[in-house]
Amino acid sequence: MAELTKEEVKHVAHLARLAITEEEAEKFALQLGAITEFAEQLKELDTTNVEPTTHVLPLVNVLREDVATKGLDRETMMLNVKEQEAGQVKVPAIMD
Amino acid sequence: MTLFERSAKELQELIHSKEVSIADLTKEAFDRVEKLDGDVEAFLALNKEKATATAAELDQVPFEERGPLFGLPIGVKDNIVTEGLETTCASKILEGFNPIYDATVVKKLRAAGMVTIGKLNMDEFAMGSSNENSAYKTTKNPWSLDRVPGGSSGASAAAVAAGEVPFSLGSDTGGSIRQPAAYCGVVGMKPTYGRVSRSGLVAFASSLDQIGPITRNVEDNALLLETISGVDPMDSTSANVEVPNFAAALTGDIKGLRIAVPKEYLGEGVGEAARASVMEALKVLESLGATWEEVSLPHSKYALATYYILSSSEASSNLSRFDGIRYGFRAENVENLMDLYKETRAQGFGNEVKRRIMLGTYSLSAGTYDAYYKKAQQVRTLIKEDYDKVLADYDVIIGPTAPTPAFKIGEIVEDPLTMYANDILTIPINLAGVPAISIPCGFEDGMPLGLQIIGNYFDESTIYRVAHAYEQATDFHKQTPQIWEVK
Repeated sequence: MAELTKEEVKHVAHLARLAITEEEAEKFALQLGAITEFAEQLKELDTTNVEPTTHVLPLVNVLREDVATKGLDRETMMLNVKEQEAGQVKVPAIMD
Repeated sequence: MTLFERSAKELQELIHSKEVSIADLTKEAFDRVEKLDGDVEAFLALNKEKATATAAELDQVPFEERGPLFGLPIGVKDNIVTEGLETTCASKILEGFNPIYDATVVKKLRAAGMVTIGKLNMDEFAMGSSNENSAYKTTKNPWSLDRVPGGSSGASAAAVAAGEVPFSLGSDTGGSIRQPAAYCGVVGMKPTYGRVSRSGLVAFASSLDQIGPITRNVEDNALLLETISGVDPMDSTSANVEVPNFAAALTGDIKGLRIAVPKEYLGEGVGEAARASVMEALKVLESLGATWEEVSLPHSKYALATYYILSSSEASSNLSRFDGIRYGFRAENVENLMDLYKETRAQGFGNEVKRRIMLGTYSLSAGTYDAYYKKAQQVRTLIKEDYDKVLADYDVIIGPTAPTPAFKIGEIVEDPLTMYANDILTIPINLAGVPAISIPCGFEDGMPLGLQIIGNYFDESTIYRVAHAYEQATDFHKQTPQIWEVK
């Protein structure tokens, strides 16, 4: 599994929404291959019945009172939007 | 000479005796930046107009209403959002982004009366160990301008080491506060996970990231950590535990302290000077009444691989929000929405960020999830248990912060695995979630070395007590780089 093909890299790039050139795909295949090969060492460890750690603190269901609070101001939120029209965020065609 | 060679306490004495004003201190920071930053290149954005106005207002506040950090200048790492002050994470994808609110820590700085001088350079999205991954500039190590300041909070450490500001905030996901603090000869603390709110810290790896203080001495560090700590309704992973008066722990008394020294921290890959400086430090601590024993953290060698899988997986998810639509850079001349996403991200992210997003996406994808992501989470449990076991029997764990002093700019930038190995002594601490500090403990060929002191969950007080006792017995923290004396 350590060896990554150029095709695999292109597939991963698509999943990650990154445009990628042939040259980059080749370079990333080598570099990611080396990193995943390095990561293979984890297989030496027997982790049968070891609980995965997602989080180090014993926190469960942090809840607040169910009370409505004021959110951010709409106009302020639009300040960083590059393309907008009539208070709406504008994007290119969603379907071809 | 600069006012900033003084501690917070000494600066407050000058202010109270009216020898200097807050306006003077603010001006000193901008003067130092003007004189030095052409060489050090630490700042990405300056807050001069607002800071100057704020300082004049703060000077009017009665002394009895002021706390220990009131009126003192601070620099903030560029992944911590500051309302109206450009925040880029040193990435092209956030060029021109003006945050519309302040991070919780920034609100706390303001409430304490601190003056934000500007935003500090970093490796793009905090991914890197040298600041060479910034899309804007490479910050230099003030001790030798041809060397890196470390990373990712490299400029946060360099600005303090150069005396541009006496305080800064950094963030630490795998060593990003401690390793640059070691490389630049300053004090840097990564608090317990959950000690400090992450609200407004641009997320890299949410289960590992923590904001922390960088200063020139231990007492200032303790004061700044107290200022930024505490549970926050805006961060559900912030811990609802009491915030102690950390500075009150600085008693100088470490008699009977039990120190663990992991053999894995002094083994293969750790330089002779780093090893020798730790052995010398242990002698100092022994002379103060502490005892030490060698222990083992047997899963240490697996930490690096575990970290890169977990942090990259979390990053691939966190960084999916950068799509060119609501803020930051947006690619032009695209056909449709998919192209907009792909082109914005391809043009906006640098190589290291892309590499990690791809590694993370791969680790999380169907067919590899169990072998990589889940396996790494299980190994994380084993690593955490190593620390739990040792910290049940000892007060602190001590070792070097980094295997070597700062390396030269350009030396290893194109070799990801060698670059990652710089963090081999800091990464396990983030995986375990415990707190750790780096303090100056020596030099190799004129470059600073760092001593790492690791403590139990939410026991930063003991770390500070040990660090302070060591600091009082040595004078490494009093040394300044040549650049300090402005031409």
